[in-house]
Amino acid sequence: MHVRKNIPLILLVASVAAAALLITDPYILTMLIFIGIYAIATMGLNLLLGFAGQISLGHGAFFALGAYVSAILTTRFGAPCTAAAALAVALVCAIAWAVGLPCLRLKGHYLAMGTLAFGEIIHITLNAEVELTGGPSGIAGIPVLSLGPFSADSDARYFLIVWCVFIALFVLTRNIINSRPGRALQALHGSEQAAGAMGIDVAGMKLTVFVLSAAYAALAGVLYVHFVAFVSPQAGDIMFSIKMVTMVVAGGMGHLWGGLLGAALLTVLPEMLSYFEDYDMLIYGGILLAMVMFMPGGLTQGLARLSGALRARRTAVRPGAVTGGRTEDPVPRRTAQ
Amino acid sequence: MKKLCTVIMGCMLLSLAAPAAFAAEPYRIGAIFAVTGPAAWLGEPQKNTVKMLEEQINAKGGINGRKIEVIVEDSVGDEAKAVLAFKKLVERDKVAVVIGPSRSGPAMAVKPLAERSRVPLIACAAAEAIIKPVSPWVFKTAQNDADAARSIFDKARSMGIKRMAVISSTDAFGDAGRKQLKAIAPDYGIGIVADETYVPSDTDMTAQLTKIKGTDAQAIINWSIVPAQTTVLKNRTQLGITLPFFQSHGFGNINYARSAGAAADGVLFPQGRILAVDTVAADHPQKAVIAQYKKDYEAAYKTDVSAFGGYAWDALMLAVDALKSVGDDRAKIRDYLEARKNFVGVSGVFNFSADNHVGLGQESFEMLTVRDSNFIVAK
Repeated sequence: MHVRKNIPLILLVASVAAAALLITDPYILTMLIFIGIYAIATMGLNLLLGFAGQISLGHGAFFALGAYVSAILTTRFGAPCTAAAALAVALVCAIAWAVGLPCLRLKGHYLAMGTLAFGEIIHITLNAEVELTGGPSGIAGIPVLSLGPFSADSDARYFLIVWCVFIALFVLTRNIINSRPGRALQALHGSEQAAGAMGIDVAGMKLTVFVLSAAYAALAGVLYVHFVAFVSPQAGDIMFSIKMVTMVVAGGMGHLWGGLLGAALLTVLPEMLSYFEDYDMLIYGGILLAMVMFMPGGLTQGLARLSGALRARRTAVRPGAVTGGRTEDPVPRRTAQ
Repeated sequence: MKKLCTVIMGCMLLSLAAPAAFAAEPYRIGAIFAVTGPAAWLGEPQKNTVKMLEEQINAKGGINGRKIEVIVEDSVGDEAKAVLAFKKLVERDKVAVVIGPSRSGPAMAVKPLAERSRVPLIACAAAEAIIKPVSPWVFKTAQNDADAARSIFDKARSMGIKRMAVISSTDAFGDAGRKQLKAIAPDYGIGIVADETYVPSDTDMTAQLTKIKGTDAQAIINWSIVPAQTTVLKNRTQLGITLPFFQSHGFGNINYARSAGAAADGVLFPQGRILAVDTVAADHPQKAVIAQYKKDYEAAYKTDVSAFGGYAWDALMLAVDALKSVGDDRAKIRDYLEARKNFVGVSGVFNFSADNHVGLGQESFEMLTVRDSNFIVAK
């Protein structure tokens, strides 16, 4: 079959399995758990931002809502984790649908402002509804994920759960992109008028992908809250929304691996740079700036150019034949395998 | 190309797995502070303080013949990052005790980890939830809000005040204080006759103060930690209100007194003695400690000493005190801290017990006032 096309995915599955068996350092496992959680959220945002071309600065709020609903259901009402998680994702889908209906009529900066306002409303509500959400003090003592006799009470087990969820969603996302609706999404990124003329339900398509990406964020929020066991309104504030967008852009918009690479980069880099003590922020900012200047298409594009250049040299083909390298491409290459 | 992505990812996993350099010589203390980010005004003086103390202690040959090493991790005030920092300090750096985080949210996120991994944690944040319910492994060095409220009511009662007006900001700090004031006032036989609020971004509080002026309040309490609180002071002077005026411990930043100018004169507020070192009685048990800390800090960093840095001073010196007495066995440090009495710190004199893991009471607050944009102890 398509073994060759599936090699990266197979390698990912193998390295997750190997990591689960070999890595025992809780610090690294924790970092990998956070990377997995952020990667799930950014994969959803990438669908919206990279594939459908719709910006959202309110996805942190969906993350926070998923986290809070699950936290409230398990701590106040003693609901089992799986039921709480399912309900949280379903509720966030409903909210995203209600928000998306008016918001997605907006375009460009206005859509960004609209979603930003939504995020801020959720943030204020979480702070003010003290009876329900605990207000600024948050909710503590949230139970760890469990299903029947199986409880994800160790870092290694939680790592496995997060990454299994990621891989399942990865396959799902890939299938969506390679299907008819996926191509419709990419068409409306190129030109909404042209997409409409070809018979694509533009408004319906946008709403569907908005709700879907919110569901990813909510699921990430659920995984976050049952791992950290504490949640405060800070969990999904505006800074987190912006961080998610940064992850997508740094990783590669409109590229399946983009979300994962961006999440890994923005989580690992600050940790590594802490060795430089006072200069870490300077170096971190410098790296991000350099990436924007020299790799506007993100890590995936940068790596594609690098491997393309290497291959070109090896096969002694003219450098001009390198593919996927031009930064001025009006429509970013959206590749998915 | 996909292959390359995956290879890079694999490399990343491997590079992470490489063990950190290992050295067993010094006593290791971990610290999690919000050194950068929106709460840097808390974390920066804390980092400065522990770095200064580390240098001083090592210059004197360390403790028990071993140097100390304080490993500071920046949480950026973020809960997820605080969790990561804690695991790094405990699992890789193998610290004996962790001090911080600076903010209440991150402290609450780290609390269950301290319990599970059985590492003593000395938080520098204020929320009572950190030590209530008491976790055997978690302590804190910042005073409780309720004690600030009690200090205000004590002073008011001694002035013969029976009716007070409350005005507070609508943020976490203001809201928590407002609730404490309303809950505690009846214990002191004081009635709250007005309960006004303002949004931290408000630029005029004349309306709220006019309303208060119309009541029979004998004094006003303004509970806030944001700059808007100085506007209340200015508006009060403009309206010619001369009632005794109380502020919360959130007023404990010399810049607030400076920005309010003459309008701040005579304002009363409870805070740690570190803010008014020169006017603390010479025979006070804390005098020597706070005078030394202020002198050293201001000489080293050319900036005003703050109460927040003091929380870190207390946390680090408590850890050092424990290491000196029982070595770096985590369980022994925990037991030692819980039984520690009469530890003279910057924020107060600590007396821990099995059901009190803050160790500070109302007496750690001194009633301060403002004269010519300086904090002094109120008579």
